[in-house]
Amino acid sequence: MSQLTPIHRVTGRPIPLRGNDIDTDRIIPARFMKAVTFDGLGQYVFHDVRFDAGGAPQAHVMNEPRFQAKGPRVAVVNKNFGCGSSREHAPQALLRWGVKAIVGESFADIFFGNCVALGIPCVSGTAEVVAELMKAVEAEPAHDLTVDLDSLTVTYQTKSYPVTIPAGARRQLIEGTWDATRVLLEAAETIRATAERLPYVRGFAARSK
Amino acid sequence: MGKNLLDKVWAAHTVRELPSGQTQLFIGLHLIHEVTSPQAFQMMREQGLKGLFPERTIATVDHIIPTDTRQRPFADGQAEAMMSAIERNCREFGIRLFDRDSGDQGIVHVIGPELGLTQPAMTIACGDSHTSTHGAFGAVAFGIGTSQVRDVLATQCLAIQKPRVRRINVEGKLQPGVYAKDVILQIIRTLGVKGGVGCAYEYAGEVLRRMSMEERMTICNMSIEGGARCGYVAPDTTTFDYLRGRRFAPTAETYDEAVRWWQGMASDADAAYDDEVLIDGGAIAPVVTWGINPGQAISVEERIPSPESFAADERETADDAYTYMGLQPGSPIAGTRIDVAFIGSCTNGRLSDLREAAKVAKLGKVKPHVKALVVPGSQSVARAAEKEGLDDIFRSAGFEWRLPGCSMCLAMNPDKLSGRQVCASSSNRNFKGRQGSPSGRTLLMSPAMVAAAAIEGVVADVRPLLRAEGA
Repeated sequence: MSQLTPIHRVTGRPIPLRGNDIDTDRIIPARFMKAVTFDGLGQYVFHDVRFDAGGAPQAHVMNEPRFQAKGPRVAVVNKNFGCGSSREHAPQALLRWGVKAIVGESFADIFFGNCVALGIPCVSGTAEVVAELMKAVEAEPAHDLTVDLDSLTVTYQTKSYPVTIPAGARRQLIEGTWDATRVLLEAAETIRATAERLPYVRGFAARSK
Repeated sequence: MGKNLLDKVWAAHTVRELPSGQTQLFIGLHLIHEVTSPQAFQMMREQGLKGLFPERTIATVDHIIPTDTRQRPFADGQAEAMMSAIERNCREFGIRLFDRDSGDQGIVHVIGPELGLTQPAMTIACGDSHTSTHGAFGAVAFGIGTSQVRDVLATQCLAIQKPRVRRINVEGKLQPGVYAKDVILQIIRTLGVKGGVGCAYEYAGEVLRRMSMEERMTICNMSIEGGARCGYVAPDTTTFDYLRGRRFAPTAETYDEAVRWWQGMASDADAAYDDEVLIDGGAIAPVVTWGINPGQAISVEERIPSPESFAADERETADDAYTYMGLQPGSPIAGTRIDVAFIGSCTNGRLSDLREAAKVAKLGKVKPHVKALVVPGSQSVARAAEKEGLDDIFRSAGFEWRLPGCSMCLAMNPDKLSGRQVCASSSNRNFKGRQGSPSGRTLLMSPAMVAAAAIEGVVADVRPLLRAEGA
């Protein structure tokens, strides 16, 4: 298993994705999940709100010339982003489109965990902070937005805002341990011992004395 | 102070506390399907990992499977590739696969319980957000992403944060024509689609105590639509009776021992909760969603809410919903014309759901402008329904009787809405584009209400139909 590089800070051009309760079906419609790999998902991110039935671009922030930028991107979102399905295809599609970090008011539980597993920090600001940041990046998108997990701030142009992230996820990211398999396998013996203690694993047979 | 079920199950399955503050939690049952597992197996291969407890993972195929033909290869090459991948992966990693030839294939959250794989006080994970369904047995069950599917395959564990526990007490007695689906939609409508973020929901109270296992599954299934990653009902004699004699449930020799352990894992009478909510079950009327998330719901007697009735930060989603759905504030939801009726899904594709819908289907014929589908949740449900003649009732009323699968709940198979069609659906999500057409519209409701909409051609209150018939 590869050693992961710790993530202390992510910098990229902002992409504002306004709206509460943006669900994972909207982020990646189910028909694009008919594949055995995650390759190529980036082109389908938000497909059905970016393109009409004939495939022509519709009014959507991701289609606007001023929000086209090369390199890593940082998304700015509102409440309960990523609700609905557990599909990892949603953060995979965002990642492959370029999103390396997300700043928002709040995130759905499963989506948040899936992002951590991919090394995508999702940090939360208050409604006021996110509203101000959203306005700032919509007004003037051609600057880098920085998410700093050490100082728990996001910085845009000259202004810094306080953000939060659950301590466990923060530690996984800054220590490079978000790919959990390796960490979990360290306890192989304890895993077996835990299993052996569970009556149903033993088939409800009496525990050997 | 006593302990609740989640506390007890968490303690019994804790391998260790991780430096991150998360728990390394042992997973007793891992369920997989063809959509969210192939990439996990690929990661296993690339990282040189082997399955740690392959006998604790069970596979089936449900999402992409056609419901109108058993023929292989599937007409859709992508679906066929996914089917072949899960067959190969299960062979290579020594995992049991319930495919169509097994006779036990079905939606993963339908077959786990009916085979007796799902048991009280287990931890259960699956790469599917409706894994919360299994909480009906007093299991702690949650949906996971594909990287976590790999974690469970390789380590039988998850690194996970312990949720808070909110108890939801549904008291009173449900009116005739009001079902488990209405109860959970009412709960989500009351607490909101993000009300449960960070929480497990423990469902309790008189209404839950009286419910069958299938009804409890419908409730727990939609926990995630309220933002709660898992939901459960503490196990009781209804649970134990359901499990007796099922194929993978404890055998007669160990059954009493199992029941003793299960009873001990149920929430204590004086258990502590992070908070409690009371819902008046007697006040619930049939619920229908009008918007683009499951919280945008009203009773069938109500009118579409006005923009002013929403909190400031919900206004934008409401405006989006009026436009997308083409519904006007102030107009009644009853009478809304439908094009498609879908009965099925992991929420409402079980035998009791089909029985309730059939009672209504018997009262009329599907309107000519409506396409109506019944998709049983599993091959076992289909066999039982056919034995009772439910398939004939549906067919003679003008419904199509299909083969088991997820079907039009998320439309990854050929069953899809087209254009702006409106679908009365017994499924779980009314998100934009959910049923396969980017502009398709979904109205969630109980299976009996879907049957009523099919024969009326419009959204209709099922209660007068049932009263008139004395059904």
